[in-house]
Amino acid sequence: MLKIDNLHASVEDNAILKGLSLQVPAGEVHAIMGPNGAGKSTLGNTIAGRPDYEVLQGSVTWNGLDLVELDPAARAAAGVFLSFQYPVEIPGVPGLTFVRTAMNAQRRQRGEDEISAPAFLKQVKEAAKNLKMDFDMLKRPLNVGFSGGEKKRMEILQMAMLEPSLLILDETDSGLDIDALRIVSEGVNALRRADRSMLVITHYQRLLDYIKPDKVHVLVAGRIVASGGPELAHELEAEGYDKYLPNAA
Amino acid sequence: MVAVKETVDTVAELERYKYGFTSDVEQEFAPKGLNTDIVRFISEKKGEPEWMLEWRLAAYERWLAMEEPTWAAVKYDPVDYQDLYYYAAPKTKEGPKSLDEVDPELLEIYAKLGIPLKEQEVLAGVQGAPKVAVDAVFDSVSVVTTFKEELAKVGVIFMPISEALREYPDLVRKYLGTVVPVSDNYFAALNSAVFSDGSFVYIPPGVRCPMELSTYFRINASQTGQFERTLIIADKGSYVSYLEGCTAPMRDENQLHAAVVEIVALDDAEVKYSTVQNWYPGDAEGKGGIYNFVTKRADCRGDRSKVSWTQVETGSAVTWKYPSCILKGEESSGEFYSIAITNGHQQADTGTKMIHLGKNSKSRIIAKAVSAGKSDSTYRGLVSVHPKATGVRNFTQCDSLLIGKECGSHTIPYIEAKNGSAQMEHEATTTRLSEDQLFYAQQRGLSEEEAVALLVNGFVRDVLQELPMEFAVEAQKLVAISLEGSVG
Repeated sequence: MLKIDNLHASVEDNAILKGLSLQVPAGEVHAIMGPNGAGKSTLGNTIAGRPDYEVLQGSVTWNGLDLVELDPAARAAAGVFLSFQYPVEIPGVPGLTFVRTAMNAQRRQRGEDEISAPAFLKQVKEAAKNLKMDFDMLKRPLNVGFSGGEKKRMEILQMAMLEPSLLILDETDSGLDIDALRIVSEGVNALRRADRSMLVITHYQRLLDYIKPDKVHVLVAGRIVASGGPELAHELEAEGYDKYLPNAA
Repeated sequence: MVAVKETVDTVAELERYKYGFTSDVEQEFAPKGLNTDIVRFISEKKGEPEWMLEWRLAAYERWLAMEEPTWAAVKYDPVDYQDLYYYAAPKTKEGPKSLDEVDPELLEIYAKLGIPLKEQEVLAGVQGAPKVAVDAVFDSVSVVTTFKEELAKVGVIFMPISEALREYPDLVRKYLGTVVPVSDNYFAALNSAVFSDGSFVYIPPGVRCPMELSTYFRINASQTGQFERTLIIADKGSYVSYLEGCTAPMRDENQLHAAVVEIVALDDAEVKYSTVQNWYPGDAEGKGGIYNFVTKRADCRGDRSKVSWTQVETGSAVTWKYPSCILKGEESSGEFYSIAITNGHQQADTGTKMIHLGKNSKSRIIAKAVSAGKSDSTYRGLVSVHPKATGVRNFTQCDSLLIGKECGSHTIPYIEAKNGSAQMEHEATTTRLSEDQLFYAQQRGLSEEEAVALLVNGFVRDVLQELPMEFAVEAQKLVAISLEGSVG
């Protein structure tokens, strides 16, 4: 269970999250929707432990583990995975090398043995096939020259390989055409499991037609201002965020 | 208590530079200082022919008249040339050595360094690696050369240059100093006067050397300069790949290493020369470390000859080094692939010279500089085209990566085209290690140091790929080690 309690966080001295509370039980998919600048990406980055994202107050725990105290790598090893809105390019490091290095880094932190080369290859080939990715793409430097859709697929591939338990998808639908959106969503849905929690951050309701959330939260000005079932997403799509904005009343 | 603290510090430091141990080997030294007596002493020790002594003395005279160069972008305390030992050798009997006759203590040192001196061994940590012949130079002398017999079967000569001077004096005399003349520069003149050992390689016409050749340099003795001389001759249509590695103990003093490497490539010959330079870089405060003042040059004399320099420079307090190619032959080609990593207080001024004299000669330069800590790195390069050299092509790419806010990186390319048909390309980039990339890798589970190592290895990948497999693995690890503590 992801438990966020009264979270205040700032980026470069700008307060962004202002008393955010949220709980995502194991096995559930929760969507975070909100207007631009509401703090959606800040939420994802703060949970993942991005440097310069300072927690001023409140707590973030994952299955009882205090995440705020941990460095980003330790959070990853504890099962936190952030699928980036803009995945970075890593010149000179083939995707395969990157993924294997990450897997082994996590395994070492957990005191597990490193994955063998044949086992890794088998697993990664399978994952690429499921995402309809050309295996040769994994031999190229990670994300370098990839299209938006290819980068997002690479994120989901890493997610499948690293087998995290807390999956945070930050605007995964941005930059995807309808076919890519379907493939990526299928990839995500395949990862739904009773012991996994997912936080789907999105601006549009469209993605939620493919990744069906158990709950939808509206994030405005750094706080959750409304929560409901999937129907809330449709309502937002039709009516916009106006009625939640502070100056609307 | 002070001693305890020192021990603790030393151990902590050792983990960073694992080759920093000193060894108690019984050694003999020439008296300190430099004069004609020392030059004579070295020549006599080596049992050299008379002409060689004359050559050395002439070099010494030239050196006396020269001044230490100051144009490089490096700062260091002046070297007191009279306060150095110019000759230090482990005490062993003279004459040809087989492995059984080598001091077991020396063998142990090389085992500790991961250098295979037994012929059934391969480089440490690399399984299934092909055979590598090794010439091990310890301070001033070569202690053993492996696979000599096997190489001799195909006519390849691989031996200490001191031995070659006795066994093949005519061959050595014909080529020594023809690529790097005695008076080429201050350090080359010094080297010519006092060099005590190094490797000699001759590949006969049409022979493809059946294994990698390598020389492993170790400075052990205190207050001792190492002056090695390497001469490689690739006769017509031959091929050889040669590797060079170096380490030194950690000492508070700065030690001088002034080597000269000469390569001659005749028609259709190809030489690939790789260096992994890991001399002691000094401690975190910039105390101690090796002054690495080296002259390396290849003469592509023959038509269609080719020489490729690949260097991974991670060590030394100060590096001054420009492996170069004189492209005399028609359609000859020169390559320079370089990774220079500086951390702490290290300074490196390194690059290459490609002198195009032959028609349709080609050159390619890929230089990657990674600077961290308070270090400073300069790429300095010259590409020149002679008026009569038509159809020349050059491609140069210089990329710099900065880690942290206190380091510096500079690129100084000189381009001189005196023939209008030349095609030259120069690309240069300077980037800072991106926080976004670092966080991305950390989010996937890599520690900060692992993330830096991975990103830097990606940055230098184009050059790493040029290294022979046995060295690439080692070099990759070295990249990670040299950058430890560079962030955070």
